[in-house]
Amino acid sequence: MRVAIVGCGAVGSLFAANLAQLDDVEVWAFDLDRQHVEAINQHGLRLSGAGEVVGNVRATTNAGELPPGDFGIVATKCMHTPSAIAASAPAFANGAVCSVQNGVGNEEVLAEHVERVIRGTTFPAGRVIAPGHVQWDVKGDTTIGPFEPRPASVAEVERLADACTRAGMPTQAVADARGPQWRKLIFNAATNPIGALTRLTHGRVCEDAGLRRFVSELVDEGKAVAAAQGIELDADPEELIDHAARPDVAYDHKASMLQDVEARRPTEIDYMNGGIARFGREYGIPTPLNDAVTALIKGLEASWGQT
Amino acid sequence: MTDGVWVIGGGVIGSLFAAHLSRVAEVTLLCRRPEHAAAVAENGIRISGRADFVGRPEASIDPAGLADAGLVIVATKANDVEAAAAQLEGSLGAGTVMTVQNGLGAEQVVRSHGAWPQLSAVTFMSGTKLADDHVEYVLDTPTWLAPYEDARFDVAESTAALIVESGLKAEAMPDLEPARWSKLIFNATVNGVAALTGLPHDHHFAELERPTDLGHLVRGLMEEGTRIAGAAGISLREDPWEMNVLATQRGSRHYPSMLEDVEARRPTEVDFITGALVRAAERLGVGAPLLTAVYRLVKGREASYL
Repeated sequence: MRVAIVGCGAVGSLFAANLAQLDDVEVWAFDLDRQHVEAINQHGLRLSGAGEVVGNVRATTNAGELPPGDFGIVATKCMHTPSAIAASAPAFANGAVCSVQNGVGNEEVLAEHVERVIRGTTFPAGRVIAPGHVQWDVKGDTTIGPFEPRPASVAEVERLADACTRAGMPTQAVADARGPQWRKLIFNAATNPIGALTRLTHGRVCEDAGLRRFVSELVDEGKAVAAAQGIELDADPEELIDHAARPDVAYDHKASMLQDVEARRPTEIDYMNGGIARFGREYGIPTPLNDAVTALIKGLEASWGQT
Repeated sequence: MTDGVWVIGGGVIGSLFAAHLSRVAEVTLLCRRPEHAAAVAENGIRISGRADFVGRPEASIDPAGLADAGLVIVATKANDVEAAAAQLEGSLGAGTVMTVQNGLGAEQVVRSHGAWPQLSAVTFMSGTKLADDHVEYVLDTPTWLAPYEDARFDVAESTAALIVESGLKAEAMPDLEPARWSKLIFNATVNGVAALTGLPHDHHFAELERPTDLGHLVRGLMEEGTRIAGAAGISLREDPWEMNVLATQRGSRHYPSMLEDVEARRPTEVDFITGALVRAAERLGVGAPLLTAVYRLVKGREASYL
């Protein structure tokens, strides 16, 4: 079985290095970071932290070099999905492609380029600390299922889940993977932009009564949009938000969008709150507060282009 | 009316008043910092931009000379009105006190310290403080003033006339609330959005093309404010959205004070501006989810550095 990772940043590297441990899986990685790619090819792809792993991965900056594969795992930032899949789609002419990205709307983009798509949500996290070397911060589960409009077969989804699980990335194959995806989406959309706009850590947002209410108002809009689509969340985002605010969990965590804002990198707002708002418009559910934070974050991004 | 004007607070607005009025009256600028008073005493206040001159007010950090003032203009930030009014108590004789703060509530704070005749004012003029003794005068828009409680209208008229004579724009009106609420809604929106996005008041604030454009949020905030004003029985003098569109078309890319405060990590006036509207909405039973969100976010942003 041959798997190509599209976007070999932190999350992509977790899948790549772990899958490369299996004798029956050949792993390729497509990434535009030349130094990272060269380091992977010379020394292997190394993970430290939650697991110590070195994977034999064949990396390239040229998607045209990818051989035909059984599976693609797309792990780019959301805004890079269109260009990444446009370049790599020929390698998946006879394969299935799975998104493990943040937000919503990625599978729709993949389906414009490939025949069989898998919807995925993943919770492990890490960060690239040097070319070819990723710090594995958090272990966690992944859930995958067929993307309804252009589905991969159940057998394919199960085959990918089995390989990931055997590789040390516990993955569950389900018929409808929207529940975990929207649970993660609602959690992120209710907390990330507030952290980014106030510069406060997750715990400090949650202990401010006014901001905590605002979080709940954003959660409620997201739940309404999910319900209108017939999506059953697999857990209550409110409980997860309060759990994460505990000092022993993620009180001091700076949301990834806050990290993006501090580094003046484009955020994934269009696929988080912007995604909730888009699905809301499609299903006739008003999302005024998600619209508001989307506009504020996009305004913030626009301010970086100014002097 | 010309028997001595004191201006409390040497920010942009206080400096513009003090420099201009010094050309037609005896003016003292009451500063907080000794070096500020020393710079103004030595160099005067240079005004550039819309005007070009050096005003020569006296400058002091001591309110003792206030006793004979005919007019006191309280031009501090809203957060500092309490301290300014405390200085007036026991110092000021029979003079008139004019407040020009953003938002709501400055008049009541002054009243709690004395029974002086008071004028309410809002000012639309703006500028940039380049140094303690130099202000760039950016927008030469008017100051509107009206009697507060039982002050006489002719005091508002003569004060407006004095301000006009000094080279600034001013207009007296019997009831300030329609003008004040227009500005309140404008500032509650524009200042809050600028503070959160880092954008000066530029074309983004009027953009409506895509659903995620900032203009939709700005208009939504202003519509909430207009509904609150309506519930309070106030008919606005100007439509805040039109004020917004006009200001962005002028192309001055004004940096609202709340954005400057956030960037300098100072306390903002959000409690007196956006917060005042949110409290009014609660009191009147009007929904204000967007204003409430902006208010909470700015308070959160303050908490990140205060």
